[in-house]
Amino acid sequence: MSPVTKPRGERFTIPGKYLLLILTSICILLMVLTYGTHFLDASVNTVAGTFIVPFEKGVSRAGEWLRLRHEELNTIRSLMAENEELKAKVASLTEENTILTQERYELTDLQALLDLSETYYSYNKVGARVIFMDGGNWYESFIIDKGTDDGLAIDMNVISGGGLVGRITSVGPNWSRVTSIISDGVNVSSQVVSSDLTMIVSGDLKLSDKGLMSFSYLSDPEDKVVKGDKVVTSNISDKYLPGLLVGYIDTVTNDANNLTKSGTIDPAAEFDYLSTVLVITDLKTDDFE
Amino acid sequence: MIQKILNIISIVFFFVLQTCVFTHLKLGTVIPNLLVLVVCIYGFFFGEKAGAMYGFFAGLLLDIFFGEMIGLNALILVMIGYLNGGLTDLFYDEDIRLPMFLIALSDATYGIMFYIFSFLLKGKLSFSYYLLNIILPEIFYTLLVSLIIYPPLLGINNCFRRYRIKKERESENV
Repeated sequence: MSPVTKPRGERFTIPGKYLLLILTSICILLMVLTYGTHFLDASVNTVAGTFIVPFEKGVSRAGEWLRLRHEELNTIRSLMAENEELKAKVASLTEENTILTQERYELTDLQALLDLSETYYSYNKVGARVIFMDGGNWYESFIIDKGTDDGLAIDMNVISGGGLVGRITSVGPNWSRVTSIISDGVNVSSQVVSSDLTMIVSGDLKLSDKGLMSFSYLSDPEDKVVKGDKVVTSNISDKYLPGLLVGYIDTVTNDANNLTKSGTIDPAAEFDYLSTVLVITDLKTDDFE
Repeated sequence: MIQKILNIISIVFFFVLQTCVFTHLKLGTVIPNLLVLVVCIYGFFFGEKAGAMYGFFAGLLLDIFFGEMIGLNALILVMIGYLNGGLTDLFYDEDIRLPMFLIALSDATYGIMFYIFSFLLKGKLSFSYYLLNIILPEIFYTLLVSLIIYPPLLGINNCFRRYRIKKERESENV
């Protein structure tokens, strides 16, 4: 480059190595600052929400359309088999229903006796659409189309199909991230309905591929817990509201210490194709205030 | 400048594509990692600095929406963009094998780094499981998708390069 053009053409540039160093330090600094805190959420999430979410809303419809066409082909084949299965199930459910109705009368009587309030089971809910799913194979979270503008906040529980799906872990003005309970490293304190025994249900990447979750720390010396038992969130959980259906016991094995048991749970919510979810706008912490 | 803006938009586009469309088109249980793919290719096209910047941007996008903390994906992608940028001198139009190889290597790096940072540190030691069930299938699917994505990206890049060369010649003539 000739000296004459230099003042105009030559701009201040930083060598690649320094740029790398700067970017790396920024990343590490951000990691340290944001680990376990929601320090930057408000500003960053607003920006992201303004620019990305409108795109996503449109495209996710297209994606869903693709998936539906693909699904349709598969479903027709399985529908016939399922029909048979369902007929058998209807028969058994009708029978079960009669038994349950009888038990219900009993329950109302007992509840009246104990003066149990039903507040726990009548939470306020808001419906939301899933606009996009996790962008990788390592985590199980998704983004819904409602945020602080609709009154959502971090730690609100999310359910779908009657089962617990997860809780909100990050929130922007028009979107929130729901980390599902099958996500690796997520723990939910739960209890078995039939025997009130408590356990820790945890998401595990290895099991989530098969649509299962693991549980541990179940102390059950009398072998009361069997396959098919209903598991709900327990009262002692600090993030999850009590009484939400988590799933059903799939397998139970004795731990090496012979004191506790662990095993797998079949979650009640369908995680594969979530399209709409319900957000419970009551927070667990509200109860104590 | 136009190209830079276009590249940023394309990263957003690939992010949307990955999170909205490919989550419905799972191959087995995995989806391809388009952001690693595109950062790797841009690093390879435009050099170290641009690669690192694009990596930073793409990583932040992932982190804001899905990261447990902000910065982990950004850090990994900055490294991937930078290191691929170092090989930009080896870039030839016709050769698709080298970029494919780099994409595979980048995706493997991403997988292994992600495993180390968010699984190994939590005490999940069975690396072979994650390697066989997540990292390798993901590489395979990403490579498959790269066969479709690489040619148009190369085409766009070539258009801009031709345009730049034309401009330079014109200015020399003047």
